[in-house]
Amino acid sequence: MWHTRQVPFRGWRGWTILALAVLGVIAGAQTAAAQISDDLGVIGQLQYQDANGNKVFVEGVDLSIDDVGGATTDKDGSFRIPVEAPGEYTINIDPATLPAGVTLRDPDRASLQVVVSENGDQRIIFPLVSGEAGAVANAAAAASEGNWSVRRVSQLTLEGIKLGLYLAMAAIGLSLIFGTTGLVNFAHAELITWGTLMAYFFNIYGLVGFLGFLSGWPAPFGGGVNFIIATVFSMVMGGVLGYVLNRVIFRTARNTGVSLLAQMVMTIGLSIFLRYVYLYFFGGRYRSYGDYASQRANSFLGMELTTRDALAMLVSVIVLVGVGIGLTRTRMGRAMRAVSDNKDLAESSGIDVEKVISQVWIFGGALAALAGTFFGFDQVKWDMGTRILLLVFAAVTLGGLGTAFGALVGALIVGIAINWSTLVIDSELKNMTALVVLIFALLLRPQGILGKKQRIG
Amino acid sequence: MDWGFILERTFSAMIGPEVMIYALAAVGLNVHFGYTGLMNFGQVGFMAAGAYGVGVTVFWLNWSFWIGILFVFVYAAVLALLLGIPTLRLRADYLGLVTIAASETVRLLARSRVMKPITGGVEGIDKFAEPFYNLSPFELGKFYSLGPFKYLGRDVWVLMVGWTLLILVTLMVQQLMRSPWGRTLRAIREDEDAARALGKNAYYYKMQSLMLGGMIGALAGLIQVIQKSSVQADTFNPVITFTIWTILIIGGPGRVWSPIVGSSIYWTLIVFVENTLRQLPAGARQTLQDTVELSDFNIGMLRFMLVGGGLLLLARYRPQGIFGSREEMALDRR
Repeated sequence: MWHTRQVPFRGWRGWTILALAVLGVIAGAQTAAAQISDDLGVIGQLQYQDANGNKVFVEGVDLSIDDVGGATTDKDGSFRIPVEAPGEYTINIDPATLPAGVTLRDPDRASLQVVVSENGDQRIIFPLVSGEAGAVANAAAAASEGNWSVRRVSQLTLEGIKLGLYLAMAAIGLSLIFGTTGLVNFAHAELITWGTLMAYFFNIYGLVGFLGFLSGWPAPFGGGVNFIIATVFSMVMGGVLGYVLNRVIFRTARNTGVSLLAQMVMTIGLSIFLRYVYLYFFGGRYRSYGDYASQRANSFLGMELTTRDALAMLVSVIVLVGVGIGLTRTRMGRAMRAVSDNKDLAESSGIDVEKVISQVWIFGGALAALAGTFFGFDQVKWDMGTRILLLVFAAVTLGGLGTAFGALVGALIVGIAINWSTLVIDSELKNMTALVVLIFALLLRPQGILGKKQRIG
Repeated sequence: MDWGFILERTFSAMIGPEVMIYALAAVGLNVHFGYTGLMNFGQVGFMAAGAYGVGVTVFWLNWSFWIGILFVFVYAAVLALLLGIPTLRLRADYLGLVTIAASETVRLLARSRVMKPITGGVEGIDKFAEPFYNLSPFELGKFYSLGPFKYLGRDVWVLMVGWTLLILVTLMVQQLMRSPWGRTLRAIREDEDAARALGKNAYYYKMQSLMLGGMIGALAGLIQVIQKSSVQADTFNPVITFTIWTILIIGGPGRVWSPIVGSSIYWTLIVFVENTLRQLPAGARQTLQDTVELSDFNIGMLRFMLVGGGLLLLARYRPQGIFGSREEMALDRR
């Protein structure tokens, strides 16, 4: 039997690379810690003009930032929500707490994006109107652009596709690893975070600058490299981590006959370990990339999208199409699908299964890293992979565990469903939609949209 | 270094509130995983259900604390049904996916703005446990010590009630697992197809096991929030689930006393390591801080790295646990 074959332990190359990388993270974190200012927040003052043209300050309105906290305006209409670190935040005003007769000038804009720089507080304005003017404007807005307006639905669909494309890149690796080894890899979230952190460090500290003592070298070695190059390096590092994890941990486990359930618990242990190693060296703060941290949105067809996101979506589409062609047209891709389909048959027709599994881990890791790089546009954080793991699971299960194209389909559906769900539920709860999708998928078609029945029982 | 202080903390941790609470949650997980082979990766969700069972009743409905305790079990049973119905007919890892997702969703829901009138949102709920402490025969603010153990009066009262419950629940599980019902669970763990061929409805047995273990987990959640006197959504972090897994695997899954043994070993170790590191001479601390970033915050994070690394190594090299036997082992099937 192939899985009882004893392979001598040859993981030293992997260990060396891992050690170097961890060293890099340590050095990087040390230099980074000094640059963050402590006193950051989002501030503002709510006011409107009454019928006589006098300014009136609004007291007792609730505002909040997702995952950060909230505040209520005082008698001057002022509020301040402290945030931990520079980055992009979504601030929400609760229209229900506005006094009677006072409304937002544009009811669609109860949530605003705000970018906090390291220089200090960022001011934000929610324009308010009162009385007749407000009521008229409001009625007109409700007629043309209510909750279900075409503009809002199309904007949400666009954001859903964006989320779906990123999720798909994260999910393909997870699905293929399951297909080729039968293992549900809970540590995939940490491969995503790894991609974000690597892109951050290359972008801020350059190719070797994260090794503290070399930080004096000129760019691109000591200083930061362009974000696009950083992304490429992050993908390489993602592939390296995927290779190392398989080579050092899971390949030896398979070869010594550790059961799949035990391996699944191992991935959970690995996931927690890596996550807290990130936290240990990176800290709990939010950070943002040096390039492309904030951009103005471009408008087209009533939808808003930043150039950065448009490019990232384009890259995702190209990568996903490339993966599709690779899986169907190349020898390696066909071998991956063959092993995923029926391992014994693939092995007996001369495919080197261990080599294919290794390739799957490398490609899965690189794709997850790319997804992580794009997810990091909003903020770079130590546990961001874990936050979206639920979505990745939902996507993979919906599409069919073990199928690469299923992961793509599932990811797009989950991405759009989550964004559409904000039409009816609070945006803070939108990720719950993924759980609902997951449960319904298991109830109605447990093998997934493109999956085969034999896998589930 | 103050060894007296370190030893006092370590001894008190050996049978302290955390040991009792995590052991109780691990007894529930043992019913799931150790005896039935269910991969429940969301035990913390059941603990949250227990915590909010009493919290919501007192905070939102303004009902009595004692009625809230009934809801602890109602919530846990409902959660078990929700999780079990879609997954228990499928392969083991689907339950894992859904439970980990659900436990995180419970946390997000409880801390959300929308639920704030009901669950207290991010601020949570406090001042609900007075009826429990009013019954205390001990002075709440006074220190009591017995041999090497030293606790506040309120903790002594929690410990007395908690350990009594823990022993009772453990004995109940022991008796249940000796009954025909328990033997059926173990048969399902060993070979579900064979159990089905003998006419046992594996789906119902697994559902009953999920509900029973969930209710025990909810009881652990209840005692935890009583001990802390506050319900905070963010304390029900998924990493708690895997701390419980580590505890169960240390003790050995499928054995009656393993949750208590595992929990005591785990907490003694953690408290000893953390307190020793915190008490290091200033020079050594500074060196460690400069070389490996060992700040106060990071000392607190070490336990999670130990949980992760420990789980990885235990599952790899000793899936039957330190004291377990290979015969009572569900992790090694297939």
